[in-house]
Amino acid sequence: MVVGERKPFDEILKMLEGTKKIMVLGCGGCVTVCLTGGHDEVRVLSSQLRMARDKDGNPLEIIEKTVERQCDPEYVEEVANLVPEVDAVLSMACGAGVQYIAERYTATPVSPALNTTFVGGSKKEGYYVERCQTCGECKLYYTGGICPIARCSKSLLNGPCGGSTKGKCEIDPEVDCAWQLIIDRLKALNLMDRYEELMPINDWRTNRDGGPRKMVREDFQR
Amino acid sequence: MSAELKTDSRLEKILKSGQFAVTGECGPPRGADPEVVRNKCKLLKDNADAFNITDNQTSVVRMSSISSSVIMMQEGLEPVMQMVCRDRNRIAMQSDILGGAALGVKNMLCLSGDHQKFGDHPQAKNVFDLDSIQLIHTVRNMRDNGKFLGGDEIKGVPKLFIGAAENPFADPFEIRVPRLAKKVAAGVEFIQTQCIFNVKKFAEWMKGVVDRGLHEKVFILGGVTPFKSFGMASYMAKKVPGMDVPDELLKRMKETPKEKQAEEGITIAVEIIKQLREMKGISGVHIMAIEWEEKVGEIAQKAGLLPRPKV
Repeated sequence: MVVGERKPFDEILKMLEGTKKIMVLGCGGCVTVCLTGGHDEVRVLSSQLRMARDKDGNPLEIIEKTVERQCDPEYVEEVANLVPEVDAVLSMACGAGVQYIAERYTATPVSPALNTTFVGGSKKEGYYVERCQTCGECKLYYTGGICPIARCSKSLLNGPCGGSTKGKCEIDPEVDCAWQLIIDRLKALNLMDRYEELMPINDWRTNRDGGPRKMVREDFQR
Repeated sequence: MSAELKTDSRLEKILKSGQFAVTGECGPPRGADPEVVRNKCKLLKDNADAFNITDNQTSVVRMSSISSSVIMMQEGLEPVMQMVCRDRNRIAMQSDILGGAALGVKNMLCLSGDHQKFGDHPQAKNVFDLDSIQLIHTVRNMRDNGKFLGGDEIKGVPKLFIGAAENPFADPFEIRVPRLAKKVAAGVEFIQTQCIFNVKKFAEWMKGVVDRGLHEKVFILGGVTPFKSFGMASYMAKKVPGMDVPDELLKRMKETPKEKQAEEGITIAVEIIKQLREMKGISGVHIMAIEWEEKVGEIAQKAGLLPRPKV
């Protein structure tokens, strides 16, 4: 899933300066799962905002809404009758959702309430870790199902650097060395011959470096 | 190993003539004053065959490796231009390889580079378009096939003797010989190792290297760093990732009176060099006297490595 983290409250308040009525718009997708931008978080953030602005003698009226997914025009359309009523939309979706709102509602400013952090998963409740950097050319076959691009701090493709110590990365003793994990797994699977192959120089065109990407299912384009 | 010379490098000539090579290291200054490099060169001259010029080591901004290399050549020393993958993409790297060679650089060391977290610009975007092994392949392809990575022909190929580093003490240990094999397959011609303090563990790695016959395909120079003090030894043991300082060396430094610690550090370095010279597959030493360039000569002298051969 796409993981997001709520922005600092003061930054959110600053983005809403000059507004009298806003919509706090949650997303029922990934950010609901990672407990940062769903229905419950919309309620909490809205209450915080009301209290802060009341305290300031500058009350803020808030419409609280959550749609199924903000990255889908069909669901974004659901708030079409409400958006014209507000000075701004505060989207609690990932960066994709925020942009879908901006694209659909061109007359209303939209602000992000979250920092979109990474594509990953949960380790336990409320604890999320990065797993994929969406490079567009999956190499997990060669690396035992552990991604060196997303999980090695230097995205090295041919093995660990000289800073790998006792299974940890040189940047932080809390961070696992991706290559230690890869080697351990290749060994366990008796696939160490895959390590000996030279990984060719990467073609980053499939990554963001090739410009904005798209994926089109031709069979749906009728 | 073919004895045929591929470049005009003095280091290559010494290694291929079977003589025990010595390399040193020179860290460029954090400013634009060329005199700092010149002064270091005066301390280093004739004490080794070639000298690495670091490339923004520990991710701290310094004068560039290429320009410092040129200043070094003006002083009559042979540089080994280091290049890390952290700061440049393949376009900039190939451009700087051509530029370095055009300015007279004859040796190059291909490195991944320390993560920028350790430096003075932890906010920087890192590049790592290539990794160090792919950089080796890139330089080799440019020199021997006369081709850019994109496939176009190079008019005037860069004649560089190609080196890389290897850290036998980093984990996982069992991957360290295969990783060297990958560097050899990519086309590396000489290796400078991480600082060796744990000679026993290094010997274990070298045995793996020799068993695989890699010492016949690449020249291996053992890395040696003198401790300036117990404080430095203890810092290297505890704070520097991938460094292996055995307790008995720490104890030896600790038990030496403060005013004698520098001397003891040099004695240890000389002992390590002597042990390395006895080891099968070792073609030379790389003396890294960190911000202590004036001691390289003394260490080389005491280890019986001076005078350096004229080639």
